[in-house]
Amino acid sequence: MHTRRLEWIIERALFLCAALSVLTTAGIIVVLAVETFEFLREVPVVEFLTGTEWTPLFATPRFGVLPLVAGTMLVSAIAMVVALPMGLLSAVYLSEYAPDGLRRIVKPVLEILAGVPTVVYGYFALMFVTPLLQRVFPQMAGFNALSPGIVMGIMILPLVSSLSEDAMRAVPQGLREGAYALGATRMQTALQVVVPAAFSGITAAFILAVSRAVGETMIVAIAAGQQPRLTANPFVPLETMTAYIVQVSLGDTPQGTLEYRTIFAVGMLLFLMTFVLNMVSTWLRERFREEYS
Amino acid sequence: MKHRADVLFRTIALGTLLLALAALGALVYDIVSGGLGRLNWQFLTSMASRRPEDAGIYHALAGSIWVIVLTGALALPLGVAAAVYLEEYGTRSRAARLIEINIANLAAVPSIIYGLLGLGVFVRFMGMGRSVLAGACTLALLALPVVILSTREALRTVPGSIREGSYALGATKWQTIWYQVLPMALPGILTGLILSLSRAIGETAPLITIGALTYIPFAPDGLWSPFTVLPIQIFNWVSRPQAAFKENAAAGILVLMLLLLVMNAIAVFLRDRFQRQGRP
Repeated sequence: MHTRRLEWIIERALFLCAALSVLTTAGIIVVLAVETFEFLREVPVVEFLTGTEWTPLFATPRFGVLPLVAGTMLVSAIAMVVALPMGLLSAVYLSEYAPDGLRRIVKPVLEILAGVPTVVYGYFALMFVTPLLQRVFPQMAGFNALSPGIVMGIMILPLVSSLSEDAMRAVPQGLREGAYALGATRMQTALQVVVPAAFSGITAAFILAVSRAVGETMIVAIAAGQQPRLTANPFVPLETMTAYIVQVSLGDTPQGTLEYRTIFAVGMLLFLMTFVLNMVSTWLRERFREEYS
Repeated sequence: MKHRADVLFRTIALGTLLLALAALGALVYDIVSGGLGRLNWQFLTSMASRRPEDAGIYHALAGSIWVIVLTGALALPLGVAAAVYLEEYGTRSRAARLIEINIANLAAVPSIIYGLLGLGVFVRFMGMGRSVLAGACTLALLALPVVILSTREALRTVPGSIREGSYALGATKWQTIWYQVLPMALPGILTGLILSLSRAIGETAPLITIGALTYIPFAPDGLWSPFTVLPIQIFNWVSRPQAAFKENAAAGILVLMLLLLVMNAIAVFLRDRFQRQGRP
């Protein structure tokens, strides 16, 4: 009787540890929602979401979040322009062409790129890539969107490449053999049979990569400057949502003020954006799994 | 003609892959050439300073080690317990399915959001202040999803016959898990823990958000001590305009990367031993 009771207590305790993850999600939502609610009592939600000026630390503060959203989108778009084609081509090569020995060497090396701390990428963007780009584009400022965008693309390339490769390798061998039997070359098979067959898996990888780019912080905090600016020009300094949160956290803004609450409101928006992207990605991956099971 | 297009495509794809590897090479070269000259014993044993040539990394290195050891001490029991529940107990229940989906989602939440969570819950609500403990709690929550996922992988590699043998000898479920399953899965669990900690040790944004200091002239001396960590010190140096501080940043990065290399080497060593053991 004693042992059974103990077993029951242990099972409950283990369940509580597992339930901690649900508590974490709830904690994130509550913390962000409470402060955002307080923020929106003073700043109308329409002004927050559609305003084109973000100057919360000025004497006459403006709370239009669009410049930060635009900055985030611009840097993420540049990152995706780098990471999508390069990641996909690397994946096609690794999945369809590379001999086994080469794949075994190259994959771990690519993984290293994913394991480098982001502050290191920030240094790389500021000290190596920006000076390099300034030789090509002399009009480019020392802080800009292009350099951190490209470096961020390199950072998320392994994610795109390894998830896409997994998706392509899950495509049944019979489809490839069928294409070869019809006289298709390897390239035609790869691009016209394997990639379309793995399409939802590849799309899931892309969306997860976008979510990673949107939430990336240190590269932009170091190399993009800290000037909220509504622009599509990749050569001038701007600020992303994440970099703004870092900027305010570094300063000595007193707790409980409106300025202080801005970081939670921006954080809430960031959380919602990445949450939607993650859900879509998960849904696509599930669908892909069903197609081939 | 068809064949030539094929060769061209193959070359482009291989070229792209090599370009990605070249970027890694450029990164390593840039950091080594920028920081190796600054890396010496004085740099490792000195505290922060306003003069770049006197400044060192000791306080930040000590802070990183404090935070990461505590993070591991929190994440290991919680993560393993959660994984054991999901893998051994709750596989059929609806609650377990919900928790699984939730963990997968948490793994993709941006790290800076965890910083805001830590600021709201640990620093302010629980009154820990900007302490080592608050930093470790925040990073532990960040590391948990990965620890749980890798522990479940490790538990899955333990053959079912081990469990059945244990039950046949009259052991209870928990005795079976504690004396048979967990010891067998231990190397795999530790590998996953070290890999998730090597992610956490490079995290900057969440710790800045909870208010870890950027300038601090001493090493932490307890759970409630204010602290800084290597990545924040590096960020602080990178953000300064003087070239001499940039050199310090590169040297700091070298120290951080060496630390990561050591952690990964331990993980690889454990995994190797694990695979050898698992062979029939």
